Amino acid sequence: VKSETPSTYEDAAELLRAAAADGRSVRFRGGGTKLGWGRPIPEPDLELCTEGLNRVLEHNAGDFTAVLQAGVPLAVARERFAEAEQMLALDPPLSPWGGAGDDAAIDAVEAGATIGGIVAANDSGPLRHHYGGVRDLVVGVAVVLSDGTVARAGGKVIKNVAGYDLGKLFAGAFGTLGLIAEVTVRLHPKPARSATVVARADEVAPLAAGAAALAHAPLEADCLDLWWNAGAGAVLARFGSADPGPRLSEAAALLGKIGGLSVDADVDDEACWEAQRSAQRGDVVVKVSALPATLPAAMAATESLGGTLVARAGLGLAWIRLPAGGDAAETAAQIESLRATLAPAPCVVLDAPAEVRAALDPWGDRTGPVDLMRKVKARFDPAGVCAPGLFVGGI
Amino acid sequence: MAGPVPIAELSSICGPERVVIDHAALRTYESDGLLQYAVVPAAAVLPDTGEEVAAVVAACHRAGVPWVARGSGTGLSGGALPVEGGVVISLSRMRSILDIDLDNQRIVVEPGVTNAQISAAVGPSHFYPPDPSSQIVCSIGGNVAENSGGVHCFKYGFTTNWVVGCDVVLPDGSRATLGGEHGELDRPGYDLLGAFVGSEGTLGVATKITLRITPSPEAVRTVVAYFDTPEQAGQVVSDVVSAGVVPGAMEIMDQLAIEATEAATHAGNPVDVGALLIVELDGSESECAARFDEVVRFCEANGAIRVRIAQSNDERLLIWKARKAAFAAMGRISPNYYVQDGVIPRTRLPQVLRRIEDLGAEYGLRVANVFHAGDGNLHPLVLYDGAVPGEAERAEKLAGLIVEVCVEEGGSLTGEHGIGVDKKRYMPKMFSEADLATFQRLRCAFDPDGRVNPGKVMPTPRLCGEVPGPYRQHPLEAAGVIERL
Repeated sequence: VKSETPSTYEDAAELLRAAAADGRSVRFRGGGTKLGWGRPIPEPDLELCTEGLNRVLEHNAGDFTAVLQAGVPLAVARERFAEAEQMLALDPPLSPWGGAGDDAAIDAVEAGATIGGIVAANDSGPLRHHYGGVRDLVVGVAVVLSDGTVARAGGKVIKNVAGYDLGKLFAGAFGTLGLIAEVTVRLHPKPARSATVVARADEVAPLAAGAAALAHAPLEADCLDLWWNAGAGAVLARFGSADPGPRLSEAAALLGKIGGLSVDADVDDEACWEAQRSAQRGDVVVKVSALPATLPAAMAATESLGGTLVARAGLGLAWIRLPAGGDAAETAAQIESLRATLAPAPCVVLDAPAEVRAALDPWGDRTGPVDLMRKVKARFDPAGVCAPGLFVGGI
Repeated sequence: MAGPVPIAELSSICGPERVVIDHAALRTYESDGLLQYAVVPAAAVLPDTGEEVAAVVAACHRAGVPWVARGSGTGLSGGALPVEGGVVISLSRMRSILDIDLDNQRIVVEPGVTNAQISAAVGPSHFYPPDPSSQIVCSIGGNVAENSGGVHCFKYGFTTNWVVGCDVVLPDGSRATLGGEHGELDRPGYDLLGAFVGSEGTLGVATKITLRITPSPEAVRTVVAYFDTPEQAGQVVSDVVSAGVVPGAMEIMDQLAIEATEAATHAGNPVDVGALLIVELDGSESECAARFDEVVRFCEANGAIRVRIAQSNDERLLIWKARKAAFAAMGRISPNYYVQDGVIPRTRLPQVLRRIEDLGAEYGLRVANVFHAGDGNLHPLVLYDGAVPGEAERAEKLAGLIVEVCVEEGGSLTGEHGIGVDKKRYMPKMFSEADLATFQRLRCAFDPDGRVNPGKVMPTPRLCGEVPGPYRQHPLEAAGVIERL
């Protein structure tokens, strides 16, 4: 694959325009940690790498905003914001093998996921519970379209309704509308301390009850997760502030009232969340858009397929890792059975070998209105060269 | 060109009693909350169901008639201003709460339901955070169109952060569900819902809306501090935020705004101070208690003249009554006023206030300031007397310059009121021609004929043009390597 590494938006625009003029297909590449996601498509004619667009253009500490070029690794941005006791509340896994988020391991992870890639793929982690997802944290974008247009939408302030919110449109579009060259993000104060309570059980019901109790309590947890693996699991809640102790105790007390839970408020706060993040990646991972109350069904379905699950308990999002090693047809059948069991919840295949992704539609059929999406695609990428075929409906 | 309104067809869809064609009756719809603009439409229809809305839109589409959706008509940018010769689709009869699902923290409503009814329906255990000042009247459909804000948005986010799905009628009369079908997040595909919310009624009309709700805070603590200058109040806000405290709301009013609201509400605020700051902490009892003293200390450290702590819920509501009445209260001190809705990076507050003051002096007009301080959303109110020749024009000019100052300082033309007709001429101050042309691509994907709320948002009328081909076949497609479904 021919690869180019533009260092300005104008260079990216020219490369893209030239490719479109010749009908050459283009893939945008950040850290290269999610290249296998989406429908299997042939190698593109041109790969546009964002490695040269790697500057933190602004960190407005007083205003809690930052302007990042697409190729900035999240780990790098995170370090930068931490110096001001701030954070970008996005914590997806940084690499296909889970990715380390702690400072010590950042150097060990070769670059890892970039902000552009995370936004394009709408990836997220446990912090989404309290802080929202990519769509909630991106307040402005600069994009490059296949006709060479460089355009901006949104702004640099956290509140703004001027113009269309193209940041949301490009977030999760997997580069099929054009290149996200720059994003402006909202930052949050980094909690001075954080602490986690874990309640374990070997049955689904008490875990679901514990998760529901915490989701409805006015405790404002930063993260609220579940995991389930081979007949055992846990509900985890994380609290951050100058003194999270009182809320941690209240949460532990709430969980203690539910029978069948073994409550532990003295756990390694970093390690247990790193495990949650890591479990979102694997050989075969299906992301389920359920509802909080239907997560128990997802846990049961996971168990019957011999898989493992992590979930955002308050949001209804789950990542199910299925056992690897079977043949592609078998794995595809497992995924289809999962879809049938969990319908109408969309089940999207993220990680999977190409043969598995070829044996089914990774996006499934519970998609949004594809006709309208096709019209959007035709307006933004009329040449149809941005990752053709990768997205929902073969867009 | 717009054809004649198909009155008979509209009447057969909704019944003749719900199709308004009488000129006097149509004047009800001539303006929204921004009274400077008025256009009497050719007809107004009041559908009862999503099916009726779709049939009305389809009829307009076939007849080539432009249309504008309208909720409660409280918008402040002329977003619901009718189009001459066009149809107003009023959603005011679609007022049902369709489903309340506390387990999943969701509520499904029709667009005519008011903002306040939503929190009432899920309370007291839960609430719906976005709370525009007009919340008792304004409709959720209008909130979705405008991506409405409110005083609690700094902590909780805006309408767009709380809408998880919308059934919409598209400009050709077809129907689609944007976002989650069952309240789920991350439905596969483009985030068309994210593009739709805040599109000011230019991409279609929502007929059913699914919202997230959240547990009500256990504790709420409200404090008002009085200062000599708004800059001091602004410094407290910066100190609070930098310390990692995230209050539910932080609001600043300057002396003129205090004077006006005091005359209107008798909330007990002194009228001789330079500014007041309201800080409201909400959340768990323990967290509120721990942070409250910190906030009071920041007020004192920045020279607060006095700190008033709400002693009861009634006193708290009185404090908010004064703040939420701020726009209306301007009538107490001025015959007319012009509202702006600029946003600035919060740290630029001192210089922006100085520039506004200088501009006011230059134009010989008073400017009152009300400020959602956490998220930098400034509402300068330019006071004028419409009876004095030339003053209205001067006020409008001044208001325009103020919003340009906001953009120059790195902010936005509008934080919550929308562009509508009122601010569209300023769009080129914030966006380049390439940006605007890119916005237009989205609009054309939804509304290639330009019939839905035309004349709003974009500074100049634009046509869509053809999509270049239905889809040019990609070489890989021709080779049979890839296929489009």
